[in-house]
Amino acid sequence: MRNDGPLVLGIETSCDETGVGIVRGHTLLADAVASSVEEHARFGGVVPEVASRAHLEAMVPTIERACATAGIVLDDVDAIAVTSGPGLAGALLVGVAAAKALALGLDKPIYGVNHLASHVAVDQLEHGPLPEPCIALLVSGGHSSLLRVTDVTGHDGGVDLMGATIDDAAGEAFDKVARLLGLPFPGGPHIDRAAASGSSVHIDFPRGLSSRRDLERHRFDFSFSGLKTAVARWVEARERAGEAVPVNDVAASFQEAVCDILVRKALDAASSQGIEDLLIGGGVAANSRLRALAEQRATGLGIRVRVPSPGLCTDNGAMVAALGAEMVSRGRTPSALDLPADSSLPVTTVLV
Amino acid sequence: MLLALDTACSLVTVALHDGADVLVELSSQQPLQHGESLAPLIARALAGTGVDRRDLTAIAVGVGPGPFTGLRVGLVTARTLALVLDLPVYGVCSLDVLAVEAVDTGVVASDFLVATDARRKEVYLASYDAEGTRVAGPTVDKPAAVATDLPVVGEGPLLYPEAFGCAVGPVRPSAGWLARVVVQERAELYDPEPLYLRRPDAVSPSARKPVS
Ligand SMILES: [Zn+2]
Repeated sequence: MRNDGPLVLGIETSCDETGVGIVRGHTLLADAVASSVEEHARFGGVVPEVASRAHLEAMVPTIERACATAGIVLDDVDAIAVTSGPGLAGALLVGVAAAKALALGLDKPIYGVNHLASHVAVDQLEHGPLPEPCIALLVSGGHSSLLRVTDVTGHDGGVDLMGATIDDAAGEAFDKVARLLGLPFPGGPHIDRAAASGSSVHIDFPRGLSSRRDLERHRFDFSFSGLKTAVARWVEARERAGEAVPVNDVAASFQEAVCDILVRKALDAASSQGIEDLLIGGGVAANSRLRALAEQRATGLGIRVRVPSPGLCTDNGAMVAALGAEMVSRGRTPSALDLPADSSLPVTTVLV
Repeated sequence: MLLALDTACSLVTVALHDGADVLVELSSQQPLQHGESLAPLIARALAGTGVDRRDLTAIAVGVGPGPFTGLRVGLVTARTLALVLDLPVYGVCSLDVLAVEAVDTGVVASDFLVATDARRKEVYLASYDAEGTRVAGPTVDKPAAVATDLPVVGEGPLLYPEAFGCAVGPVRPSAGWLARVVVQERAELYDPEPLYLRRPDAVSPSARKPVS
């Protein structure tokens, strides 16, 4: 191992992206991603078996591409990291099996890690050492969680779940509303684009779990299912009246409702803990309004906001490698070779 | 030194073959634990025989047909190990492995079939001649649609005795026999691509349902 950090190869297959990343310590060397998103588009959502088949086909070429980009050979690698969960069971399994084959063939340690903590660790590749403690808001098609991170490797309860969605994930709401508005899958980027020329105050859509009563039990939890229904009702009423649906205004008003509640709760979480750093990750972190709103409101509270660039926010192998490098640097015990893929791995279990 | 592995049925099987004979054959004890069992079994096979991973010269892998999730564990393992160790990978139809074992152990002496569990009340099925050469299949079908009085090898006749009255020979593919099939070139060799035989279950979204 060189003194500028361990060379770690990370594999991510929890959903529809086959990601292989290579890092040295906090330095990103390669981030190869093969996506099967186009194969899922006509189904309006990720089809697990289609994703699993694509992972098998993409795995070896993506490993090769990552090594070529990083300018390394596999024998140089100090450790392998892989997403052990949570995610789609069959999809995770392809990545875990490939990672084990690498560990076995190279005779190097393997770290089975949590996908969510990886979304936090990835920021180190761009903005340097992670401030600990920090609050992490993770939002994507699969998750919407608020974490309190004191040690990103999960040591001593280092990753604590403060809140999560009680129904749909934020990204799921984007997909469903996009479909309602006749926009393609995945919905996030299309809503963002349409919203840019719409009015965010055109319709006052509900903010889930924000009433005084809800806040008592669900202060840091999210709910997007009521919002989705409210958008559907509004659109249908227009259609029934024979009026045109102002797609841009609906997109902007919906996006505002999502971002408003996400940012409000994330900043409340930080303030309540006296924590001065907020990190936003996951696919929805690529949303332009979410970033802008978070930065605007955080400044007034003296809270710093860190958001990785969009390419590192979506699922990728570099984030897994980044967390793996942290495991090596902090001397954590590697996983055993019978490491399982756990589709419902709790967020508090960072290393399996 | 050939490493052979098959994950096309509920148990994982691993073997090493030195060109003359099978050195070791190991099987998982717990069904449906492909992801957990395979790598430790390979490590145990190597350690137990004192074979260094760098002494391997080729990998043989069962390409199914078999339940997809487990099947992929074997294929991605074989392909990735082959990448790391720079080895060729030979794919073999998992039903052919059962057929060759049945012929070479003398349990069949005329035309026969191999049927394995395809779940969803179906079987994977192929027909063989007396030498164990595949003459038809593999296909996936309902047992009743392919019922036969011929001898049937594999788990199929144990699961569906009403369709396959004459159960003979091995029940599950063995990696030791997979290795022999490759070393002795007893069956067609394939690229390590899975024989899925079924399209993925995926439904296009129906028309939008109004909420109000
Ligand atoms: Zn994710």
